[in-house]
This record gives sequence, structure tokens and C-alpha cells, in this order.
Amino acid sequence: MRAQFVMSEIGVGLRRNLTMTFAVIVSVALSLALLGGSLLMAQQVNSMKDYWYDKVNVSIFLCNKNDEHTSPNCAKGPVTEVQKKEIRADLERMNIVDTVMFESSKQAFDRYKEQFGKDSPLASTITADQMQQSFRVKLKDPEKYKVISSAFAGRPGVQDVTDQRGTLESLFNLLRGMNYAALGLMALMLVVALALILNTVRVSAFSRRRETGIMRLVGASSFYIQLPFIMEAAAAGLMGGIFACVLMVCGQRFLIEGWLAEKIDAIQFIGMSEVYAKLPLVLAIGALMPALAAFFALRKYLKV
Amino acid sequence: MIRFDNVSKSYPKQNQPALRDVSLEIEKGEFIFLVGSSGSGKSTFLRLILREERATHGAVHVLGKDLARLSNWKVPQMRRQLGTVFQDFRLLPNKTVGENVAFALEVIGKPRAAIRKTVPEVLELVGLGGKEDRMPGELSGGEQQRVAIARAFVNRPLLLIADEPTGNLDPQTSVGIMKLLDRINRTGTTVVMATHDQQIVDQMRKRVIELEKGRLVRDQSRGVYGYQH
Repeated sequence: MRAQFVMSEIGVGLRRNLTMTFAVIVSVALSLALLGGSLLMAQQVNSMKDYWYDKVNVSIFLCNKNDEHTSPNCAKGPVTEVQKKEIRADLERMNIVDTVMFESSKQAFDRYKEQFGKDSPLASTITADQMQQSFRVKLKDPEKYKVISSAFAGRPGVQDVTDQRGTLESLFNLLRGMNYAALGLMALMLVVALALILNTVRVSAFSRRRETGIMRLVGASSFYIQLPFIMEAAAAGLMGGIFACVLMVCGQRFLIEGWLAEKIDAIQFIGMSEVYAKLPLVLAIGALMPALAAFFALRKYLKV
Repeated sequence: MIRFDNVSKSYPKQNQPALRDVSLEIEKGEFIFLVGSSGSGKSTFLRLILREERATHGAVHVLGKDLARLSNWKVPQMRRQLGTVFQDFRLLPNKTVGENVAFALEVIGKPRAAIRKTVPEVLELVGLGGKEDRMPGELSGGEQQRVAIARAFVNRPLLLIADEPTGNLDPQTSVGIMKLLDRINRTGTTVVMATHDQQIVDQMRKRVIELEKGRLVRDQSRGVYGYQH
């Protein structure tokens, strides 16, 4: 195999179809950047899940003395010490429960103040005995929330059972939805890229039919005849892949590090190392996918 | 070298077969004129030898191989032993004469040193010594055909297929091309040439195979063109 000959053929081919090559590069770059972006986003959502699910738990709020009128579950008055003991004992008997923590009114009040600031007008109007006592239950498997809620909701002395995960879940669902949207867009761009590659190969095969005709006659192997076309597509795809990598790195640097991370402290965003880890995949897909597309296009447009 | 056993060829969507029951044998070192009017099946005959087409019935043997049983990936290997020349030269206009000839060797992976040695030799042989760096567009038709012959011959094929090589050339130039083909034939290369050129056929007195509506109607050694058109 004469490498130099093949390389020069590729160069000629790419220059001949400059506009088409450009279109291929852009569409491959965009679709791969979307692919990389959604992969990173999925990773982000997972890491946020791990982080937050560790911190959240199921809360069993107990009836306070002033819930009597506001909450139907508490019509029989505030929770008694006996009821609390029973609930705790029942919780500790369940094997899905990891830890149980009791939060008194005082503790709840302190946490509340801590969250909203000592000097907030809300904090000053509320007193400790207005805060609800609660059991904070950490589950071995956060998905088993239903078991707790069905066992304790409506029990005497229990005002409500809430899963803090619920609020996070809707956020994650939103992020996941965005991720699917990005993947869908990627699929669309991918189809565009493939159609462009198909067309590029067809034009390329047509404009080079003299050469390929002669190559056939003098007995060049089909691999040798097809190689320049395939390499051409792969080279354009690889360039697209490189652009996609640049987009991803810039996105991390400017969008996440430079903007989101500044605005939102509470979230641990994905770092550059995670981005770097995705780059080889993006480059490989960028080069292989167009090459494969070209290979199949050639079977149609290039008689060997 | 070439053997046709009861070969027929039909193309789809055509009710008349292009070749009907053709049987013949061509020995090594022969010079064959293939004559017949347009549409008589000459091109199909040549395309079957090159395995651009496959016979519908019967067997085509070229260089001892049954082309029907030759798998696709072995076809290039077979074609390397054949040289092909056409009426329209089929040179690459953006490559020099030398590069055009070298192209045939490059694409079958010959080493560069061998190419550098062989190309001037074969150009010398076809009478184009020193014109290596000219572009095909700067050459006359006869010279262009010589380049095409050089390209076909550069890999020393056992068989040279020529499809009306003098069809685009004036009589005097044609004579030069025929002398060249004759010389190539004398090196031991079998030459099969389809032609309409009565004068050439009558002068050279080689074996003549005539096709008419796809049938072999004449196979005559030291023959003449034979029919008026």
C-alpha cells in the first residue's frame, strides 16, 4: 500500500468538494457535541443523584398541638410519648430502614433558623414549640419510600409522611427530559450528517469515475479503490470530531466553570477531567461513523 | 489463453441476446481481429473476457481460469494480467504522461523504485521517449493512444484487449499504432482487437473473428475484413 499516493488522493478529494466537506464537518461536529454533551449531562444527573439522595430522607412529621384544627390527621390531638416510642420501635424493626433520627421541636427550630438566618423576620415570629417534631428516616434503598409512607401515614400522632426525594425527582426528571431532547436532536443531526456523507461520496465517486474506471481495469483491488473515499469521509469526520471536542471543552470551561459554577454553589458540576474522558469516544465515533457510511455508500455508487 | 464454450449473453430488458452460443479458442501469442457491425456483440465479447460481465450461458475461460467460478475478490488479480486499450484513450488529463503510466502500477501497489525504472522503458518502447513530463492534452491523438498502450503494457500483460484503438485516428497514425501493437504481439503477448478499420485488417492478415447479431459467423486465419458496411 502506497501511503503517500492514498494521502494525496484524499487531499485532492477533500479540496474538490470543499463546500460539501465543510457541511459534513459542521454536521458531524454538532451531532457529536450534542452526543458528548448529553453523555456528560447524564453523568451530571447521576452524580447529583448520588450526592443528594445521600442527604435526603423520609420525614415522618408528628402532630403538634396546634395541628389539631388545621390537619385532619391530627384531630385526636398532639402526638403522645407512647405513640412516639411505638413509631420508633416499628421503624427500627423494619429492615429497609438504615437509620432513624428523632428531631425535636427545638432541633427543628434551630435548623430552621440556620436555614433562613437568625435575623429573618420569619424566624422571629416563630417559636420553638410551633415547630413539628419528626422522625428522619434514612432508607437503605431510597426507592422503597412507599413502604414507609403506607405503614405510617394516617397512624395516630402522624401528621404526614413526606419523601424529600419527590422534590428532587421532578428536577431530575426535567434534566433527564432535557437530556433526551439533546439525544433526539443528536440523532437528527446524525441523520443529516450521514445523508451529507452519502451525497459527498456519490459526488466524489462520480467526479473520480475516470480514475476508478482505470483502477478497475488495471486490476487495483476494491479495497485500494475504495480506500481514498473511505479515508476522505473519515478525515472529514475526524475534523468534525475535533471541533466537537473543542466545543465540549469550551462548554465546560466557559459555560460550567465560568458561569454555572459561579452562580450555583450547591451543585458539584462535572469537571474538565470528565470531559477529557469523553473525548476519545467522540473522536472515534467521528472518524468511524462516516467511514462506515462511506463504505456502504460505495457499494451503491462505485462498481468494483 | 481464451476459450469460449457455447457462450450466450443476454442483458436484462433486451429481448435479443448480445451473444448467442459462441464457441472459440484463442491460443497464446495470437493476434486476433474482432470484426462486425455495431451491435454485433464485439463489445460484449471483450467485456466477458475482462469479466466486466458474466456469461448467461456457457463458460468463459481466460488464462486458464473459469471466469464464472472466479470469486469477485480474485478478479483484480486476474485483470493485472490483462492490458486494455480503448478508442477514447481514457487518460487522466491532470496527470503527465509519465504519471498516467505510473498510475497503473501505483494502484496495484508496485514499489516506487520499480515504477521509476519501468515507466521510461515502456514509454521508450511505444516511441514516446522523453515525453514523460508532457500533459496528455499537449499530445496528438496518436501519441495519446501510445500513452494508453504504454499504460496497458507496463505491467507486461499476457493478453492485450484493444477496443477500436484506431477508431479516433487518421489512417496514417493508425498504421503507426498497428505497428506498435504488432511489436507488442511479437513479444509474446496475445492481442485481441475489435475494429472497424477494413484497411488495417486487410493489410495485416491475421486471424479474423466475425460476429453478426451475436453469432460467430466467421473464424478465418490470415483473414480479411470481408464485408462491406
